[in-house]
Amino acid sequence: MQTRKRYHIQAVNYLLFMALVGYFSSSPAYRHLEENQAKVVLAFSHFGQHVEPCRRVTPEELAKLPPNMRRPTECTRKRSPVTVELMMDGERLLYKVADPPGLFDDGGVDIYLDAVIPAGEHRFTVRMNDSVRVKGYNYSHEQAVTVVPGQLLFIDFDTDSGFVFK
Amino acid sequence: MQSAPIKRTYLALENWFNYSFGSWNPLYHLGTLTIFFFWIVLVTGIYLFIFFHGSLDGAYASVERITHEQWYAAGIMRSLHRYASDAAIGCILLHMFREFALDRHHGARWYSWFTGVPLLWMVVTLGITGYWLVWDQLAQYIAIGSAHLMDALPIFFGSMTGNFLEGALSDRFFILIEFLHLLGQPMLLVFALWLHVRRLSNVNIHPPRGLAIGSLAALLALSLAKPAVSHGPADLSTVPQILNLDWFYLNIYPLLDYWSAGQVWMLAFGVTFLLLVLPWVPPRKKGAAAVVDLSHCDGCKQCFDDCPFDAISVQARTDGAPHEHEVVVDPVLCASCGICVGSCHYSNPFRKAETELKTGIDMPQLPAEEMRARTDAAIAELGGEVGIVIFGCEHGFDVTLLNSEDTRGIKLLCSGMLPPSFIDYALRKGADGVMIAGCRHADCYFRFGNRWMEQRLEGARNPILRKRVDRGRIVIQGGAETDRRVVESALARFRQQLSENGGKRREGKIADA
Ligand code: HEM
Repeated sequence: MQTRKRYHIQAVNYLLFMALVGYFSSSPAYRHLEENQAKVVLAFSHFGQHVEPCRRVTPEELAKLPPNMRRPTECTRKRSPVTVELMMDGERLLYKVADPPGLFDDGGVDIYLDAVIPAGEHRFTVRMNDSVRVKGYNYSHEQAVTVVPGQLLFIDFDTDSGFVFK
Repeated sequence: MQSAPIKRTYLALENWFNYSFGSWNPLYHLGTLTIFFFWIVLVTGIYLFIFFHGSLDGAYASVERITHEQWYAAGIMRSLHRYASDAAIGCILLHMFREFALDRHHGARWYSWFTGVPLLWMVVTLGITGYWLVWDQLAQYIAIGSAHLMDALPIFFGSMTGNFLEGALSDRFFILIEFLHLLGQPMLLVFALWLHVRRLSNVNIHPPRGLAIGSLAALLALSLAKPAVSHGPADLSTVPQILNLDWFYLNIYPLLDYWSAGQVWMLAFGVTFLLLVLPWVPPRKKGAAAVVDLSHCDGCKQCFDDCPFDAISVQARTDGAPHEHEVVVDPVLCASCGICVGSCHYSNPFRKAETELKTGIDMPQLPAEEMRARTDAAIAELGGEVGIVIFGCEHGFDVTLLNSEDTRGIKLLCSGMLPPSFIDYALRKGADGVMIAGCRHADCYFRFGNRWMEQRLEGARNPILRKRVDRGRIVIQGGAETDRRVVESALARFRQQLSENGGKRREGKIADA
């Protein structure tokens, strides 16, 4: 074969190589979220309450205990499951019942829930039950939020401030 | 046998490159090209490190400066760093496909395949941490996606995704990623690469210079034509909407929009598992290993030098013979190629023609004695004007398909199994010409059969073909199973040449012998 022709075909091969590498290094573009969408994430860690109420230890009982074991209350280890629910515009968007992990059902639960929502103004109600001794939800928070496209609306919880929209 | 359509597809691709690249065919150098791309990645990476700021607040801005302010140097380095990494993945996938299509992952060769699979994981995760360091929206997307994946594994407590969004993506964590990308992962990769080729001998780690220069020039041109750029800066209070993914590295993440993280892991582990067990699917019988016969071995070590799979070692003589060394075959490592039989100068058909031909190292499935018997039989059957004996192999074109009145094909385990003295023998016993038709040039199934055989004929490797043997009566034309046309036309030319040079010598030759 003529050398020139060979080199020309080599050049074509190199161009093909460049095209393939160049193209797939950033294309085709991937749409992770539609233009008018946003995301809501409900995520926090929390210990459910003890299944049985803790008992106050009497001073006499305390005195019997070795000093390093003297605690004013005595609790069973088992904890309640945690139930969370997020309503958006009156409809349930997210819901989960999380059982406490651990051999004695005594661990904290990690909640992570997310959903893609249309951007715009929404009314959110987020509720939680963390005790088998309470019927219904013992934490609740309601808030209207105008969600912009591409926003990540993060809903956090801690026992002191309750639910917080970030 | 490998499924034919896959092999044929691969061979067609190889043909396309052979046409213009010849022995620089990139498909023959995929492993070394990958290593060459790693070198580019290393050098450009070191340059980028000088200007990179390894903190959550500083990373993005520093990469922007690298890309725009210093586009002519660091910017090009960044593009080269990215594109060489992408090219490496492309080469690795082709490398895998090639070894699979050509069936080079079975038997004793399981090891290279098996140790190759983790390499793929290592390279991909190395790319992922690289994209993480830019700390743009793409990095954020990867970070959240990776956290989702981690959360699905039963090894971490707490929700990594939740923690990230709550602000746990600290500088400390970023520095951990930086450490992994800059030091931890590359070191692991080098170690794994060393393991990968440990059972091969004479491993070449450099591609041909021309191919290296060509690929570097192509990547450089691409870097100038389409510089690598970042997405907008990471902002965890938003969700990136459109991502220009690097599909070589980040292809797994979009799946998370359709499947749970657990399902994505199942897919990844499932594919990995299938790849890992492939050398044993379907199960096959391993060929018999080479056997040493010390009574015919003088410890010259030629087979030790020639073995492509490091299956032969040398030790002090144990049989009291007056030689310093003897060779030992490790049957676990032996790929049953028979190249060692071609290396042994005792594999000489002229020796003691009346008794059994014994050699220093032999293949039980095709002993040298049997090779000689087949050669004798082939020559006896030759008719016509010019008689040609073709020595072929089991993995290239099937030379017995060329059998005709004046042509006889003999299949060996590998063309490198042919001791050069057999060529001399065939010519002296009455063949007018000898053709050697192993695998395609530069593409021996057993790595070095072609090359060693050619070197023996050129007098550059022991045992050499005697100088007085007429080279005009020998032709080498390898070919794959799809190359019938190529081998046939070489045979026709050879036949023509022999008859012009006096093919009718046969009778005289027979009388001679
Ligand atoms: C970082 C990526 C990789 C690099 C740089 C690499 C490099 C190499 C090199 C240099 C060789 C020796 C070739 C020779 O001298 O004949 C080789 C052999 C081999 N590689 Fe890889 N490799 C990589 C990944 C893989 C993967 C992912 C697989 C398959 C799962 C694989 C399968 C094989 C096999 C089966 C051989 C042995 C070929 C034989 O026995 O002739 N490699 N590789």
